[in-house]
Amino acid sequence: MSLTRFLRRKHWDDERAREIEAHLAIETDENIARGMDPDEARHAARRKLGNATLVREEIFHMNTFIVDAFWRDLKYGARLLWLNPGFAIVATLSLALGIGANTAIFQLLDAVQFRTLPVKSPQELVEVRLPERTPRTGSFTGRRVMLTNPTWEQIRANQQAFSGIFAWNVWTFDLSSGGESRLTQGLWVSGEFFNVLGVSAMLGRVLTPQDDIRGCASPGVVLSYPFWQREYGGDGSVVGRTIRLDGHPFEIVGVAPASFFGVEMGRTFDVAVPICAEPLVEPTRNAIDTRHHWWLDVIGRLRPGWTIERARAHLAAISPGIFQATLPPIYTVEDAKSYLAYRLTAYPAGTGVTNLRDQYERPLWILLSVAGLVLLIACANIANLMLARASAREREIAVRLAIGASRGRVVRQLTVESLLIAAIGAGLGALLARSLSRFLVAFISTDADRLFFDLAADWRVMAFTCALAVATTIVFGLAPAMRATRDGTAAAMKAGGRGMTNARFGLRRTLVAAQVALSLVLIVGALLFVRTLRNLATLDPGFRQEGVLVANFDVRNARVPPARQVAFDRELRERLAGLPGIETAASVYIVPTSGSAWNDRVVVQGVVQKTLTFDNRVSPGFFKMLGIPLVAGRDFDERDTTAGPMVAIVNESFAGKILDTKEPIGRTFQILVGPGEPNPTYQVVGVVKDTKYDDLHTPVGPIVYFPMAQETDPPAFLRSISVLLGSSLPPADLTAQVLAAAREVNPSMLVSFRTLDQTIHDSLLRERLMATLSGFFGALAALLATIGLYGVMSYMVARRRNEIGIRMALGADRADVVRMIMRDATVLLGAGLAAGAVLSLAASRTAATLLFGVKPGDPATLAIAAVGLGVVALLASYVPAARASHLEPTIALREE
Amino acid sequence: MSKRGNQPIHGELLQGTLDLLVLKTLALGPAHGHTIAHAIEHRSDEVLQVEHGSLYPALHRLEDRRWIASFWGTSENNRRARYYRLTPMGRKQLVHQTSRWEAIVRAINSILRPATD
Repeated sequence: MSLTRFLRRKHWDDERAREIEAHLAIETDENIARGMDPDEARHAARRKLGNATLVREEIFHMNTFIVDAFWRDLKYGARLLWLNPGFAIVATLSLALGIGANTAIFQLLDAVQFRTLPVKSPQELVEVRLPERTPRTGSFTGRRVMLTNPTWEQIRANQQAFSGIFAWNVWTFDLSSGGESRLTQGLWVSGEFFNVLGVSAMLGRVLTPQDDIRGCASPGVVLSYPFWQREYGGDGSVVGRTIRLDGHPFEIVGVAPASFFGVEMGRTFDVAVPICAEPLVEPTRNAIDTRHHWWLDVIGRLRPGWTIERARAHLAAISPGIFQATLPPIYTVEDAKSYLAYRLTAYPAGTGVTNLRDQYERPLWILLSVAGLVLLIACANIANLMLARASAREREIAVRLAIGASRGRVVRQLTVESLLIAAIGAGLGALLARSLSRFLVAFISTDADRLFFDLAADWRVMAFTCALAVATTIVFGLAPAMRATRDGTAAAMKAGGRGMTNARFGLRRTLVAAQVALSLVLIVGALLFVRTLRNLATLDPGFRQEGVLVANFDVRNARVPPARQVAFDRELRERLAGLPGIETAASVYIVPTSGSAWNDRVVVQGVVQKTLTFDNRVSPGFFKMLGIPLVAGRDFDERDTTAGPMVAIVNESFAGKILDTKEPIGRTFQILVGPGEPNPTYQVVGVVKDTKYDDLHTPVGPIVYFPMAQETDPPAFLRSISVLLGSSLPPADLTAQVLAAAREVNPSMLVSFRTLDQTIHDSLLRERLMATLSGFFGALAALLATIGLYGVMSYMVARRRNEIGIRMALGADRADVVRMIMRDATVLLGAGLAAGAVLSLAASRTAATLLFGVKPGDPATLAIAAVGLGVVALLASYVPAARASHLEPTIALREE
Repeated sequence: MSKRGNQPIHGELLQGTLDLLVLKTLALGPAHGHTIAHAIEHRSDEVLQVEHGSLYPALHRLEDRRWIASFWGTSENNRRARYYRLTPMGRKQLVHQTSRWEAIVRAINSILRPATD
């Protein structure tokens, strides 16, 4: 049997028909020759042949693939769906929703976790850095900071494991030269960046090692494709033009290809600038030579034949020499000891590097499981529907079995029907997933931290969707099909089987109980996440959140000499405070809950304290403006200048944990600095209440505040002045005035704005994601389970009509009937809730790290969820029960 | 096919044997379906009656396996008929099947009539 035969079956069949006709003709002739008359001759010939049609059919069948049967089943299934639009819509929509949600979340997970970089041989790339959670001392800028520049140069000179190696990090460059900032995402890259990744320019050229020579005066930069389209409209003559970044001119040497977004998943870049240009943009910092400034990440391509383990061993071997040569001179003895003990290691970087994984990996997996459970519940509903339909089609199936269809054949046909529903559901779901995943990405992006994902479906997502479709078919299609063909044909042929025992709907009841259990798990999860969000959102950070505008002034190009910076800050502040609509203005180094941090070790009476203390530098009026109560002593004022003694204000935690006293006013402490310099001493002049420092999740710790006016050496890592402006007016009204004032003070300053409450809001992004999605899914699950319960109860009531009729005829009243049905429902519900309670205890343990202020096994949450679901479900069961009790006994009995 | 007056023999043996007889008949020269059926009946002295209805599927099967090939020609009484002929592969199969058949017959005989020592 071959393909050609299959396609030309009709033709073959015609030939056969002719052949058989010819055969009959010959036989007839012979019979006539033997003496029969023509009619008898023909009859005899045909008798001898047997059933001609059967012969033709047999041959036709031999020419047929199994696909033919499949195609016929498909057509039949499609017709059935067309004739039952209600069922078809409900089934395909629930599947579409379930499959779509799962695919969307998986797509995001895939983009964050599994997708490889669009560069040459990504599996050869490894990230070279210190192991996770290695404590380091110094200053840090950037998003994924692992190494210092001297360390990087040492690695580049001494490594042998990599055929190419480069360093990079992210930076925000300002495109404007004065007035309001126009920030753009930049990448610091070393010269080998593009070569090692195997990326060539789409226009012009990419950076080479020649572009990254120490002390470069006029380096070239490479634009990204989206930036080029946005800023230059895709103008082909952009190569050679100048672009000003942070006020400095750079030459555009090329444009990167459209698919290249850097090495960070979920992020993109606008300009790539060689590392040697860093001193041009940050002249006061000297990041190139500072041994304690951590700002680079290093990625290398393994040499052919080298494994990552071998590279690790090699890196560990060259580490001592590297760290010896780059020991920062300002380190204390302790810090130096740990520094010299550092060992570099390597991690696979084929899927890019990103901090998103730490943040979102667990939440995404949990959301995927949640979505999976919802899909299961939806499938259970569809399975119940199909069981109901199969019962209705009992006779049809019995007839088929009776006239010779094998059981396998009928099961196959029923399965194809399910497959059709699953395929339509999956198709719709895939479409839905596109919008859903876009929504998800938009949800987890904030203005401060834009995320970009290439959400085009890759093979993994396709395979996932198809696997889901097949799995759901098996779950809701196969079992009912097997069950429908199990009964003997005779029993099924008898109409309206009476007195069905409970065992008959064992499967359906189990399904519903399972649905209830799973719904409980999801509702408990949703409640836990919602409570977590509420706990965090209502948490008092210790300071005022509303009506605080944060204005950032980038003063690098304002050419304010460091000695004048303090006075400059005061002038600016006073000018802004005088603006109409602004009640108070205060400057601060670290804006609370902004994610930035500055910490030190404190020395009390010669003893170095183990607990880290966090620092901040503020102007007078800061505490008053943010509503932080002063519990003892005084705020900073004019007395605190560089001429007088160094003072500090501390929070209650500091007084308790570090100074271990209730009377800290007047006490002194020192800040630990490196060898060669004496530790400065500070006197405590005031105590304030505890506040959150950089993040709402971290518990409060010791904080020490220094006065702005006593700054002697503005730290190089803070390039800007932040002024908090308290006002009751909406920020939009204020920004124009602030910009105008800034322009008057110094036109080269760059200003950017955000609000404090927005900052806090953004920091709760993950919790909001979990609460929103799990809440939505939990509600959906409860709805589906309730519908399922209602359906099964209605069905059972319908089946038991005779029984109810008899009972009523024998004297049962309405209440008895209702009680009987409800007892049934309660048992079902109870079993489901009990199972669900156990499951939710286990399941919520996996989410423990994502919770705040509530424990995984919280009994109150479990109780609320169980009671809520139970009440709703009981109501759903009451309706069919009440209907049953209104049956006329005579009508019920008459149904035979 | 069935022996006249006897129960038809069921099983694999039946189908394979019909194939063998058809191949052997065609070894003597091309023929069409009707002729093949009559040839088998005739040469077995009417012991083997071929069910014409099962002949054509058998011919189709053999043609599928390319042991025989077909062509349209004119029959004895000037009618168009489909003729079959043996292919080289078919000829090889004939030898193979014949020896297999003989082996089976020998085996059965050795049970029915054990060799006396």
